[in-house]
Amino acid sequence: MTMPVLQAVDLHRRYGGTEVLKGVDFTVARGEVKALLGPSGSGKSTILRLMALLEHPDAGEILLNGKQVGVATSSNGSTRRLPERHLAVQRRDIGMVFQRFNLFAHLDVLRNVTLALTEVVGLSKTEAASRAEEMLQRVGMAGRLRHYPSELSGGQQQRVAIARALVTNPSVMLFDEPTSALDPELVGEVLEVMEGLADAGMTMVVVTHETRFARRVADEVMLFDGGVIVEQASPQQFFDDPRHDRTRQFLSHLPEVGH
Amino acid sequence: MDFDWDIFTAALTSSAFLQGAMLSVALAVCAMVLASILGFGVALLRISSHRIATTVGGAYVWFFRAIPTLLVLLLIWNAGPQLFPALRDDWFTPFFAALIGFSIVEAAYMAEILRSALLSVDDGQHLAARALGLPPHKVLFKVVLPQAIKVAIPPSGNELIAMLKYTSLASVISLRELLTTAQSQVSVTFRYAEYYSAALIYYLVIVSALMAAQHLVERRYRWISAGRVSQVTHPTVTPAVPA
Repeated sequence: MTMPVLQAVDLHRRYGGTEVLKGVDFTVARGEVKALLGPSGSGKSTILRLMALLEHPDAGEILLNGKQVGVATSSNGSTRRLPERHLAVQRRDIGMVFQRFNLFAHLDVLRNVTLALTEVVGLSKTEAASRAEEMLQRVGMAGRLRHYPSELSGGQQQRVAIARALVTNPSVMLFDEPTSALDPELVGEVLEVMEGLADAGMTMVVVTHETRFARRVADEVMLFDGGVIVEQASPQQFFDDPRHDRTRQFLSHLPEVGH
Repeated sequence: MDFDWDIFTAALTSSAFLQGAMLSVALAVCAMVLASILGFGVALLRISSHRIATTVGGAYVWFFRAIPTLLVLLLIWNAGPQLFPALRDDWFTPFFAALIGFSIVEAAYMAEILRSALLSVDDGQHLAARALGLPPHKVLFKVVLPQAIKVAIPPSGNELIAMLKYTSLASVISLRELLTTAQSQVSVTFRYAEYYSAALIYYLVIVSALMAAQHLVERRYRWISAGRVSQVTHPTVTPAVPA
């Protein structure tokens, strides 16, 4: 078996008195698409933030391409958090897409996508621009290079955000409810781009409420609730014949579980 | 005694007034630049997560907002050379002393403006910049600061205009800025209306120019594609091609 791209091992995270993650384990293989479902406020976003190295787990490990990330291990085996500038280097290999897009408001579309290339990867402006344009072409946004985020629809912003995360060639793409902040008619264009990515073999973890997307695109669907992953199964089994009552209950509350 | 237009125009076009005005503008602008840089540093201390840093930053703001600017100028100009022999040399001019005084006081106010501006930038911007792998200093300088500056421009414009007028305080350390120039002419001629009016005109012109400059800067920070906004109808999605 090939090495998993991303591995979460017994992740714990507490905010104040509440334990949000109570031991989360899962593995994402190369080219695999995992959909993470669960009730709002259950801590799904926290899992992604931990894996994007934006927050530290209280306990547990994150392995990226087989190597533990986020911490430095000293010779006696003890670990400590890496300082922010070292984390920054490790984050390059992880792409993150946010619910609220978070495009840089002061930069136009092209510069949003080239920023990491010129400032992190170290490409020249022209090299960066040509790679960024290629990526924007891929998400259907090549016609809006000089527009600023405030001039774009939510769906367009999210497609630019996907291009921005993708342009540095990460090993894995993490999507944090990428369509939840969109008007219904704009959801489709973003899901279409994501489906194209999945078809192209990108490794993805998608926190979503789009069950139809999860069923169609994901290789595996997980239900996260009460601080743990309750169920982890193929889409067919997950939606049609879940093993756990909690999953059945969750699915019954959804407006539709599309076929 | 009628208003003597000849005296008024003579004052308006005199080199003394022009020099006084230029001195005021130069002092205000230079002090503002230094205060912004120093204030930015203090603002960073204030929003830092280190206890000592926030204490130092807080103490700076407290101290220089508490004491009168006039007192700071007197201390620097009169007490400074008594305590530090190096300040007795010729290079320590009234302008230089005033520049230091205004800069360190104004930095306390700029620190508060910049602190609130930095905090006003949406947290998602930090998050996205960090997620891209930008190191901390680039998150600050490439993403957060440019957006904070937009927020800080209007209050900073207020500060600059106020500073221009505060430069007259430097008359106590014998700096011949605009108002001191007018005052000294008055004390010889007793033509209050004419010389004060000339000074008034200068202030009006200078502040108008500063406001125009602020307007230009604000336009640069609007972040829209000048005239190239095409109609956003239905976005077309070209199918994603495999990598």
